[in-house]
Amino acid sequence: MSEVWMNIQLYFASRLDEYLVCLWEHVSISILALLAAALIGIPCGYLCIRYVRCKKWLVGIFQILRIIPSLAILILLIPIMGTGVKPAMTALVLMAVPPILMNTADGFEEVPEFMLETAAGQGMTRRQIFWKVQVPLAVPYMLTGARTAVIEIVASASIAAKIGAGGLGGIIFTGLGLNRTDLLLIGGVSVALLSLMAGMIFGGLEKIFIPWRSPGRRRKDKVHRTRRKVL
Amino acid sequence: MSATITFSNVSKQFPGTSYYAVERLSFSVEEGEFVTILGSSGCGKTTLLKMINRLYEPDEGSIFLFGEDTAKIDVVRLRRGIGYVIQQTGLFPHMSIAENVATVPKLLKWDKERIQNRVRELLELVKLDPDEFQGRYPSQLSGGQQQRVGLARALAVEPEVMLMDEPFGAVDAITRTGLQDELLSLHRGLGKTFLLVTHDIHEAFKLGTRVMIMNEGKISQFDTPESIIRQPADEFTAALIRSAKEQEKMWEGYI
Repeated sequence: MSEVWMNIQLYFASRLDEYLVCLWEHVSISILALLAAALIGIPCGYLCIRYVRCKKWLVGIFQILRIIPSLAILILLIPIMGTGVKPAMTALVLMAVPPILMNTADGFEEVPEFMLETAAGQGMTRRQIFWKVQVPLAVPYMLTGARTAVIEIVASASIAAKIGAGGLGGIIFTGLGLNRTDLLLIGGVSVALLSLMAGMIFGGLEKIFIPWRSPGRRRKDKVHRTRRKVL
Repeated sequence: MSATITFSNVSKQFPGTSYYAVERLSFSVEEGEFVTILGSSGCGKTTLLKMINRLYEPDEGSIFLFGEDTAKIDVVRLRRGIGYVIQQTGLFPHMSIAENVATVPKLLKWDKERIQNRVRELLELVKLDPDEFQGRYPSQLSGGQQQRVGLARALAVEPEVMLMDEPFGAVDAITRTGLQDELLSLHRGLGKTFLLVTHDIHEAFKLGTRVMIMNEGKISQFDTPESIIRQPADEFTAALIRSAKEQEKMWEGYI
Protein backbone atom coordinates (compact mmCIF):
# COMPACT_ATOMS: atom_id res chain seq x y z
CA MET A 1 0.00 0.00 0.00
CA SER A 2 2.72 2.43 0.96
CA GLU A 3 4.44 1.53 -2.28
CA VAL A 4 1.37 2.65 -4.23
CA TRP A 5 1.27 5.90 -2.29
CA MET A 6 4.92 6.52 -3.01
CA ASN A 7 4.43 5.82 -6.68
CA ILE A 8 1.59 8.30 -6.76
CA GLN A 9 3.78 10.95 -5.18
CA LEU A 10 6.53 10.13 -7.60
CA TYR A 11 4.16 10.44 -10.53
CA PHE A 12 3.02 13.90 -9.51
CA ALA A 13 6.59 14.98 -8.80
CA SER A 14 8.04 13.86 -12.13
CA ARG A 15 5.16 13.83 -14.60
CA LEU A 16 2.89 16.65 -13.48
CA ASP A 17 3.03 18.24 -16.94
CA GLU A 18 1.71 15.08 -18.52
CA TYR A 19 -1.04 14.87 -15.93
CA LEU A 20 -2.11 18.46 -16.52
CA VAL A 21 -2.24 17.87 -20.27
CA CYS A 22 -4.47 14.84 -19.74
CA LEU A 23 -6.66 16.81 -17.35
CA TRP A 24 -6.98 19.69 -19.77
CA GLU A 25 -7.82 17.32 -22.63
CA HIS A 26 -10.47 15.70 -20.53
CA VAL A 27 -12.02 19.01 -19.50
CA SER A 28 -11.98 20.47 -23.00
CA ILE A 29 -13.50 17.35 -24.57
CA SER A 30 -16.22 17.42 -21.94
CA ILE A 31 -17.01 21.10 -22.39
CA LEU A 32 -17.11 20.77 -26.17
CA ALA A 33 -19.34 17.71 -26.00
CA LEU A 34 -21.68 19.47 -23.58
CA LEU A 35 -21.91 22.56 -25.78
CA ALA A 36 -22.61 20.48 -28.87
CA ALA A 37 -25.21 18.43 -27.02
CA ALA A 38 -26.90 21.60 -25.76
CA LEU A 39 -26.85 23.06 -29.25
CA ILE A 40 -28.67 20.00 -30.54
CA GLY A 41 -30.77 19.13 -27.50
CA ILE A 42 -32.31 22.51 -26.67
CA PRO A 43 -33.70 23.34 -30.14
CA CYS A 44 -34.87 19.73 -30.53
CA GLY A 45 -36.56 19.96 -27.14
CA TYR A 46 -38.42 23.04 -28.31
CA LEU A 47 -39.40 21.31 -31.55
CA CYS A 48 -40.84 18.50 -29.44
CA ILE A 49 -43.45 20.74 -27.86
CA ARG A 50 -44.00 22.87 -30.95
CA TYR A 51 -44.79 19.90 -33.15
CA VAL A 52 -46.18 16.91 -31.29
CA ARG A 53 -45.33 14.48 -34.04
CA CYS A 54 -41.70 15.52 -33.80
CA LYS A 55 -41.58 14.46 -30.19
CA LYS A 56 -42.31 10.81 -30.82
CA TRP A 57 -39.58 10.59 -33.41
CA LEU A 58 -36.90 12.66 -31.73
CA VAL A 59 -37.29 11.13 -28.30
CA GLY A 60 -37.49 7.66 -29.84
CA ILE A 61 -34.34 8.05 -31.89
CA PHE A 62 -32.27 9.45 -29.06
CA GLN A 63 -33.56 6.89 -26.58
CA ILE A 64 -32.43 4.07 -28.85
CA LEU A 65 -29.05 5.69 -29.39
CA ARG A 66 -28.74 6.04 -25.64
CA ILE A 67 -29.24 2.35 -25.07
CA ILE A 68 -26.20 1.46 -27.18
CA PRO A 69 -23.18 1.49 -24.85
CA SER A 70 -20.74 4.34 -25.48
CA LEU A 71 -17.94 1.89 -26.02
CA ALA A 72 -19.93 0.11 -28.74
CA ILE A 73 -20.65 3.42 -30.46
CA LEU A 74 -16.97 4.30 -30.32
CA ILE A 75 -15.96 1.06 -31.98
CA LEU A 76 -18.79 1.30 -34.52
CA LEU A 77 -17.68 4.79 -35.45
CA ILE A 78 -14.08 3.83 -36.16
CA PRO A 79 -14.75 2.56 -39.71
CA ILE A 80 -16.68 5.75 -40.48
CA MET A 81 -14.64 8.39 -38.70
CA GLY A 82 -11.40 6.70 -37.91
CA THR A 83 -9.82 7.22 -34.51
CA GLY A 84 -9.17 10.35 -32.47
CA VAL A 85 -11.30 13.10 -31.06
CA LYS A 86 -14.05 13.13 -33.71
CA PRO A 87 -15.67 9.72 -33.04
CA ALA A 88 -15.18 10.18 -29.31
CA MET A 89 -17.01 13.51 -29.43
CA THR A 90 -19.79 11.99 -31.50
CA ALA A 91 -20.34 9.21 -28.98
CA LEU A 92 -20.34 11.66 -26.05
CA VAL A 93 -22.74 14.04 -27.76
CA LEU A 94 -25.15 11.24 -28.64
CA MET A 95 -25.15 10.20 -25.02
CA ALA A 96 -25.62 13.73 -23.67
CA VAL A 97 -28.42 14.89 -25.96
CA PRO A 98 -31.34 12.88 -24.48
CA PRO A 99 -31.27 14.30 -20.94
CA ILE A 100 -30.96 17.84 -22.29
CA LEU A 101 -33.63 17.31 -24.93
CA MET A 102 -36.17 15.73 -22.64
CA ASN A 103 -35.68 18.18 -19.82
CA THR A 104 -35.96 21.11 -22.23
CA ALA A 105 -39.21 19.69 -23.62
CA ASP A 106 -40.49 19.22 -20.06
CA GLY A 107 -39.53 22.78 -19.24
CA PHE A 108 -41.49 24.24 -22.13
CA GLU A 109 -44.40 21.94 -21.42
CA GLU A 110 -44.54 22.98 -17.78
CA VAL A 111 -45.30 26.60 -18.64
CA PRO A 112 -49.03 26.67 -17.96
CA GLU A 113 -51.46 27.66 -20.70
CA PHE A 114 -52.94 30.49 -18.63
CA MET A 115 -49.50 32.04 -18.26
CA LEU A 116 -49.10 32.22 -22.02
CA GLU A 117 -52.60 33.57 -22.31
CA THR A 118 -52.04 36.39 -19.82
CA ALA A 119 -48.79 37.20 -21.57
CA ALA A 120 -50.66 37.45 -24.85
CA GLY A 121 -53.50 39.28 -23.12
CA GLN A 122 -51.09 41.99 -22.04
CA GLY A 123 -50.06 42.60 -25.60
CA MET A 124 -46.86 40.59 -25.92
CA THR A 125 -46.05 39.44 -29.41
CA ARG A 126 -45.35 35.77 -30.07
CA ARG A 127 -41.64 36.44 -30.04
CA GLN A 128 -41.82 38.39 -26.78
CA ILE A 129 -43.78 35.59 -25.15
CA PHE A 130 -41.14 33.13 -26.29
CA TRP A 131 -38.12 35.08 -25.07
CA LYS A 132 -39.55 36.75 -21.98
CA VAL A 133 -41.78 34.01 -20.62
CA GLN A 134 -41.24 30.59 -22.15
CA VAL A 135 -37.45 30.54 -22.32
CA PRO A 136 -36.76 31.92 -18.82
CA LEU A 137 -39.21 29.44 -17.35
CA ALA A 138 -37.62 26.55 -19.25
CA VAL A 139 -34.02 27.50 -18.33
CA PRO A 140 -34.07 25.73 -14.94
CA TYR A 141 -35.07 22.51 -16.69
CA MET A 142 -32.36 22.96 -19.31
CA LEU A 143 -29.82 23.36 -16.52
CA THR A 144 -31.05 20.19 -14.84
CA GLY A 145 -30.66 18.37 -18.14
CA ALA A 146 -27.20 19.81 -18.68
CA ARG A 147 -26.19 18.77 -15.18
CA THR A 148 -27.18 15.17 -15.78
CA ALA A 149 -25.47 15.28 -19.16
CA VAL A 150 -22.19 16.75 -17.93
CA ILE A 151 -21.78 14.16 -15.20
CA GLU A 152 -22.23 11.39 -17.73
CA ILE A 153 -19.92 13.08 -20.22
CA VAL A 154 -17.07 13.51 -17.75
CA ALA A 155 -17.31 9.89 -16.68
CA SER A 156 -17.62 8.48 -20.19
CA ALA A 157 -14.92 10.68 -21.66
CA SER A 158 -12.45 8.29 -20.02
CA ILE A 159 -13.41 5.65 -22.55
CA ALA A 160 -12.58 8.00 -25.38
CA ALA A 161 -8.90 7.49 -24.64
CA LYS A 162 -9.37 3.97 -25.95
CA ILE A 163 -9.52 5.32 -29.49
CA GLY A 164 -6.87 7.94 -29.02
CA ALA A 165 -8.84 11.00 -27.99
CA GLY A 166 -6.66 11.59 -24.94
CA GLY A 167 -7.81 12.68 -21.52
CA LEU A 168 -7.60 11.14 -18.07
CA GLY A 169 -8.77 7.85 -19.57
CA GLY A 170 -5.29 7.53 -21.03
CA ILE A 171 -3.79 7.25 -17.54
CA ILE A 172 -6.38 4.63 -16.58
CA PHE A 173 -5.73 2.52 -19.67
CA THR A 174 -1.98 2.72 -19.16
CA GLY A 175 -2.51 1.64 -15.57
CA LEU A 176 -4.62 -1.29 -16.78
CA GLY A 177 -2.02 -2.28 -19.34
CA LEU A 178 0.93 -2.11 -16.98
CA ASN A 179 -1.02 -3.42 -13.98
CA ARG A 180 -0.11 -0.24 -12.07
CA THR A 181 -2.50 0.49 -9.21
CA ASP A 182 -1.10 3.99 -8.71
CA LEU A 183 -1.99 5.06 -12.26
CA LEU A 184 -5.44 3.50 -11.97
CA LEU A 185 -6.06 5.43 -8.77
CA ILE A 186 -4.79 8.71 -10.17
CA GLY A 187 -6.94 8.43 -13.29
CA GLY A 188 -10.03 7.07 -11.60
CA VAL A 189 -10.08 9.47 -8.65
CA SER A 190 -9.42 12.44 -10.94
CA VAL A 191 -12.37 11.53 -13.14
CA ALA A 192 -14.60 11.05 -10.12
CA LEU A 193 -13.59 14.41 -8.63
CA LEU A 194 -14.03 16.15 -11.96
CA SER A 195 -17.50 14.67 -12.32
CA LEU A 196 -18.47 15.81 -8.84
CA MET A 197 -17.13 19.29 -9.50
CA ALA A 198 -19.05 19.60 -12.76
CA GLY A 199 -22.22 18.63 -10.92
CA MET A 200 -21.53 21.19 -8.22
CA ILE A 201 -20.85 23.95 -10.73
CA PHE A 202 -24.22 23.34 -12.34
CA GLY A 203 -25.86 23.27 -8.96
CA GLY A 204 -24.39 26.70 -8.37
CA LEU A 205 -25.53 27.93 -11.77
CA GLU A 206 -29.08 26.89 -10.95
CA LYS A 207 -29.00 29.02 -7.83
CA ILE A 208 -27.71 32.03 -9.75
CA PHE A 209 -30.06 31.76 -12.70
CA ILE A 210 -33.23 30.91 -10.85
CA PRO A 211 -33.33 32.98 -7.69
CA TRP A 212 -37.13 32.89 -7.70
CA ARG A 213 -37.00 29.23 -6.83
CA SER A 214 -35.37 29.75 -3.47
CA PRO A 215 -37.99 31.11 -1.10
CA GLY A 216 -37.02 33.80 1.35
CA ARG A 217 -34.48 35.30 -0.98
CA ARG A 218 -35.15 38.76 -2.28
CA ARG A 219 -33.50 40.62 -5.06
CA LYS A 220 -32.54 44.25 -4.63
CA ASP A 221 -33.71 43.99 -1.07
CA LYS A 222 -30.29 44.57 0.44
CA VAL A 223 -30.42 48.14 -0.78
CA HIS A 224 -33.66 48.70 1.02
CA ARG A 225 -32.40 47.10 4.19
CA THR A 226 -29.42 49.39 4.43
CA ARG A 227 -31.45 52.42 3.52
CA ARG A 228 -33.89 51.68 6.29
CA LYS A 229 -31.07 51.38 8.79
CA VAL A 230 -29.70 54.77 7.82
CA LEU A 231 -33.10 56.31 8.22
CA MET B 1 -74.37 57.67 -25.84
CA SER B 2 -70.71 56.81 -25.60
CA ALA B 3 -70.57 53.05 -25.74
CA THR B 4 -67.21 51.58 -24.74
CA ILE B 5 -67.90 48.05 -25.85
CA THR B 6 -70.59 46.95 -28.28
CA PHE B 7 -71.35 43.36 -29.23
CA SER B 8 -73.30 42.97 -32.41
CA ASN B 9 -74.72 39.52 -33.12
CA VAL B 10 -71.62 37.75 -31.84
CA SER B 11 -71.49 33.95 -31.97
CA LYS B 12 -68.69 31.56 -31.18
CA GLN B 13 -68.57 27.81 -31.51
CA PHE B 14 -65.49 25.84 -30.54
CA PRO B 15 -64.30 23.22 -32.98
CA GLY B 16 -65.48 19.75 -32.06
CA THR B 17 -68.53 20.93 -30.13
CA SER B 18 -72.11 20.81 -31.33
CA TYR B 19 -73.36 23.89 -29.47
CA TYR B 20 -72.55 27.56 -29.44
CA ALA B 21 -70.31 28.75 -26.59
CA VAL B 22 -72.00 32.11 -27.03
CA GLU B 23 -74.90 32.63 -29.41
CA ARG B 24 -75.94 35.86 -31.13
CA LEU B 25 -74.95 38.22 -28.35
CA SER B 26 -75.83 41.87 -28.75
CA PHE B 27 -75.32 44.43 -26.02
CA SER B 28 -73.52 47.63 -25.18
CA VAL B 29 -71.47 48.69 -22.19
CA GLU B 30 -71.28 52.40 -21.46
CA GLU B 31 -68.15 54.22 -20.43
CA GLY B 32 -67.42 54.01 -16.71
CA GLU B 33 -69.76 51.12 -16.03
CA PHE B 34 -68.87 48.18 -13.82
CA VAL B 35 -70.46 45.21 -15.50
CA THR B 36 -70.41 41.85 -13.79
CA ILE B 37 -71.10 38.76 -15.85
CA LEU B 38 -72.70 35.98 -13.84
CA GLY B 39 -73.27 32.41 -14.86
CA SER B 40 -72.46 28.82 -14.06
CA SER B 41 -69.37 27.21 -15.56
CA GLY B 42 -69.65 26.52 -19.25
CA CYS B 43 -72.21 29.26 -19.87
CA GLY B 44 -69.87 31.20 -22.13
CA LYS B 45 -68.97 34.05 -19.80
CA THR B 46 -65.22 33.57 -20.07
CA THR B 47 -65.53 33.14 -23.83
CA LEU B 48 -67.36 36.46 -23.98
CA LEU B 49 -64.60 38.18 -22.04
CA LYS B 50 -61.77 36.69 -24.05
CA MET B 51 -63.34 37.76 -27.31
CA ILE B 52 -63.01 41.39 -26.25
CA ASN B 53 -59.20 41.25 -26.19
CA ARG B 54 -59.24 38.72 -29.01
CA LEU B 55 -57.76 35.80 -27.14
CA TYR B 56 -60.70 34.17 -28.91
CA GLU B 57 -62.01 35.34 -32.26
CA PRO B 58 -65.77 35.37 -32.82
CA ASP B 59 -67.13 33.18 -35.63
CA GLU B 60 -69.87 35.62 -36.48
CA GLY B 61 -70.71 39.19 -35.63
CA SER B 62 -68.51 42.08 -34.60
CA ILE B 63 -67.23 43.63 -31.42
CA PHE B 64 -66.67 47.35 -31.27
CA LEU B 65 -64.38 49.17 -28.87
CA PHE B 66 -65.17 52.89 -28.83
CA GLY B 67 -66.92 52.43 -32.15
CA GLU B 68 -63.92 50.74 -33.78
CA ASP B 69 -64.25 47.16 -35.00
CA THR B 70 -61.76 45.18 -32.87
CA ALA B 71 -61.11 42.75 -35.71
CA LYS B 72 -59.53 45.64 -37.61
CA ILE B 73 -57.32 46.87 -34.76
CA ASP B 74 -53.81 45.45 -34.54
CA VAL B 75 -54.17 42.74 -31.91
CA VAL B 76 -51.07 43.71 -29.93
CA ARG B 77 -52.09 47.37 -29.81
CA LEU B 78 -55.64 46.39 -28.84
CA ARG B 79 -54.45 44.24 -25.92
CA ARG B 80 -52.01 46.81 -24.59
CA GLY B 81 -54.95 49.14 -24.16
CA ILE B 82 -57.01 46.62 -22.21
CA GLY B 83 -56.21 45.47 -18.68
CA TYR B 84 -56.56 41.74 -18.14
CA VAL B 85 -56.71 39.90 -14.81
CA ILE B 86 -57.35 36.19 -14.34
CA GLN B 87 -58.00 33.91 -11.40
CA GLN B 88 -54.58 32.23 -11.48
CA THR B 89 -53.05 35.76 -11.53
CA GLY B 90 -50.68 34.75 -14.32
CA LEU B 91 -47.84 36.60 -12.62
CA PHE B 92 -44.52 35.62 -14.12
CA PRO B 93 -42.71 33.59 -11.45
CA HIS B 94 -39.26 34.51 -12.77
CA MET B 95 -39.83 38.24 -12.48
CA SER B 96 -39.88 40.33 -9.33
CA ILE B 97 -43.09 42.13 -8.37
CA ALA B 98 -41.71 45.38 -9.81
CA GLU B 99 -40.83 43.69 -13.09
CA ASN B 100 -44.24 42.06 -13.26
CA VAL B 101 -46.03 45.34 -12.78
CA ALA B 102 -43.74 47.00 -15.32
CA THR B 103 -44.47 44.43 -18.04
CA VAL B 104 -46.56 46.61 -20.33
CA PRO B 105 -44.68 49.88 -19.69
CA LYS B 106 -41.51 48.02 -20.65
CA LEU B 107 -43.13 46.72 -23.82
CA LEU B 108 -44.05 50.31 -24.60
CA LYS B 109 -40.42 51.31 -23.94
CA TRP B 110 -41.04 53.86 -21.21
CA ASP B 111 -37.85 55.28 -19.71
CA LYS B 112 -36.55 53.78 -16.48
CA GLU B 113 -37.48 56.54 -14.12
CA ARG B 114 -41.02 56.78 -15.40
CA ILE B 115 -41.44 53.02 -14.98
CA GLN B 116 -40.04 53.11 -11.44
CA ASN B 117 -42.36 55.90 -10.41
CA ARG B 118 -45.34 54.22 -12.01
CA VAL B 119 -44.59 50.92 -10.24
CA ARG B 120 -44.47 52.65 -6.86
CA GLU B 121 -47.66 54.51 -7.62
CA LEU B 122 -49.47 51.34 -8.68
CA LEU B 123 -48.34 49.28 -5.71
CA GLU B 124 -49.53 52.03 -3.40
CA LEU B 125 -52.82 52.10 -5.30
CA VAL B 126 -53.42 48.41 -4.56
CA LYS B 127 -52.24 48.92 -0.97
CA LEU B 128 -48.91 47.12 -1.09
CA ASP B 129 -45.88 48.87 0.39
CA PRO B 130 -43.50 49.32 -2.57
CA ASP B 131 -40.34 49.13 -0.45
CA GLU B 132 -41.52 45.92 1.09
CA PHE B 133 -42.85 44.18 -1.99
CA GLN B 134 -41.28 45.32 -5.23
CA GLY B 135 -38.16 43.19 -4.88
CA ARG B 136 -39.98 40.01 -3.97
CA TYR B 137 -41.00 37.19 -6.24
CA PRO B 138 -44.63 36.12 -6.70
CA SER B 139 -44.03 32.84 -4.86
CA GLN B 140 -43.22 34.83 -1.73
CA LEU B 141 -46.65 36.49 -1.67
CA SER B 142 -50.00 35.26 -0.41
CA GLY B 143 -52.84 34.63 -2.85
CA GLY B 144 -54.55 37.91 -2.02
CA GLN B 145 -51.31 39.86 -2.40
CA GLN B 146 -50.63 38.19 -5.72
CA GLN B 147 -54.04 39.20 -6.96
CA ARG B 148 -53.32 42.80 -5.95
CA VAL B 149 -50.15 42.68 -8.01
CA GLY B 150 -52.12 41.23 -10.92
CA LEU B 151 -54.48 44.16 -10.62
CA ALA B 152 -51.62 46.66 -10.46
CA ARG B 153 -50.04 45.10 -13.54
CA ALA B 154 -53.29 45.32 -15.48
CA LEU B 155 -53.71 48.97 -14.52
CA ALA B 156 -50.15 49.92 -15.47
CA VAL B 157 -50.81 51.97 -18.60
CA GLU B 158 -54.22 53.26 -17.56
CA PRO B 159 -56.33 51.09 -19.84
CA GLU B 160 -59.80 52.38 -20.68
CA VAL B 161 -61.19 48.90 -20.16
CA MET B 162 -60.41 46.29 -17.50
CA LEU B 163 -61.33 42.66 -18.05
CA MET B 164 -61.33 40.40 -15.01
CA ASP B 165 -61.98 36.69 -15.11
CA GLU B 166 -62.95 35.48 -11.63
CA PRO B 167 -60.11 37.49 -10.11
CA PHE B 168 -61.01 36.56 -6.54
CA GLY B 169 -61.98 32.95 -7.20
CA ALA B 170 -58.90 31.54 -5.48
CA VAL B 171 -58.68 33.70 -2.35
CA ASP B 172 -60.33 33.05 0.99
CA ALA B 173 -63.66 34.63 1.88
CA ILE B 174 -62.34 37.34 4.19
CA THR B 175 -59.61 38.44 1.82
CA ARG B 176 -62.12 38.37 -1.00
CA THR B 177 -64.49 40.76 0.75
CA GLY B 178 -61.64 43.18 1.34
CA LEU B 179 -60.46 42.96 -2.25
CA GLN B 180 -63.99 43.51 -3.52
CA ASP B 181 -64.34 46.69 -1.48
CA GLU B 182 -61.04 47.95 -2.79
CA LEU B 183 -61.95 47.11 -6.36
CA LEU B 184 -65.13 49.14 -5.95
CA SER B 185 -63.28 52.17 -4.66
CA LEU B 186 -60.68 51.70 -7.39
CA HIS B 187 -63.44 51.76 -9.98
CA ARG B 188 -64.94 54.88 -8.50
CA GLY B 189 -61.58 56.61 -8.42
CA LEU B 190 -60.52 55.71 -11.95
CA GLY B 191 -63.81 56.02 -13.77
CA LYS B 192 -62.80 53.35 -16.26
CA THR B 193 -64.99 50.60 -17.67
CA PHE B 194 -64.73 47.34 -15.72
CA LEU B 195 -65.98 43.92 -16.81
CA LEU B 196 -65.81 41.15 -14.25
CA VAL B 197 -66.74 37.51 -14.76
CA THR B 198 -67.86 35.54 -11.72
CA HIS B 199 -69.97 32.58 -10.69
CA ASP B 200 -70.59 34.05 -7.26
CA ILE B 201 -73.99 35.73 -7.23
CA HIS B 202 -73.16 37.85 -4.18
CA GLU B 203 -70.01 39.15 -5.82
CA ALA B 204 -71.90 39.92 -9.03
CA PHE B 205 -74.62 41.91 -7.31
CA LYS B 206 -72.27 43.64 -4.90
CA LEU B 207 -69.83 44.91 -7.52
CA GLY B 208 -71.85 45.46 -10.67
CA THR B 209 -73.54 48.68 -11.64
CA ARG B 210 -75.19 46.34 -14.09
CA VAL B 211 -75.27 42.56 -13.96
CA MET B 212 -75.37 40.31 -17.00
CA ILE B 213 -76.81 36.90 -16.29
CA MET B 214 -75.76 34.26 -18.78
CA ASN B 215 -77.17 30.83 -19.40
CA GLU B 216 -76.11 28.40 -22.11
CA GLY B 217 -74.40 30.96 -24.27
CA LYS B 218 -77.18 33.52 -24.14
CA ILE B 219 -77.96 36.54 -22.01
CA SER B 220 -80.86 35.84 -19.68
CA GLN B 221 -80.96 39.34 -18.31
CA PHE B 222 -78.76 42.42 -18.38
CA ASP B 223 -79.86 45.08 -15.96
CA THR B 224 -79.13 46.84 -12.70
CA PRO B 225 -78.99 44.55 -9.65
CA GLU B 226 -82.16 46.12 -8.27
CA SER B 227 -84.21 45.54 -11.40
CA ILE B 228 -83.04 41.96 -11.66
CA ILE B 229 -84.01 41.16 -8.09
CA ARG B 230 -87.38 42.89 -8.48
CA GLN B 231 -88.22 41.48 -11.87
CA PRO B 232 -86.30 38.37 -12.93
CA ALA B 233 -86.66 38.11 -16.69
CA ASP B 234 -86.91 34.34 -16.91
CA GLU B 235 -87.10 31.16 -14.89
CA PHE B 236 -83.30 30.71 -14.83
CA THR B 237 -82.72 34.12 -13.29
CA ALA B 238 -85.55 33.60 -10.83
CA ALA B 239 -84.08 30.26 -9.77
CA LEU B 240 -80.69 31.87 -9.32
CA ILE B 241 -82.09 34.53 -7.01
CA ARG B 242 -84.13 32.00 -5.08
CA SER B 243 -81.05 29.87 -4.44
CA ALA B 244 -79.15 32.92 -3.21
CA LYS B 245 -81.96 33.78 -0.83
CA GLU B 246 -82.06 30.25 0.48
CA GLN B 247 -78.36 30.43 1.27
CA GLU B 248 -79.04 33.59 3.25
CA LYS B 249 -81.70 31.81 5.25
CA MET B 250 -79.19 29.25 6.44
CA TRP B 251 -77.39 31.99 8.38
CA GLU B 252 -80.46 33.63 9.82
CA GLY B 253 -81.19 30.87 12.31
CA TYR B 254 -77.85 31.47 14.01
CA ILE B 255 -77.89 35.22 14.35
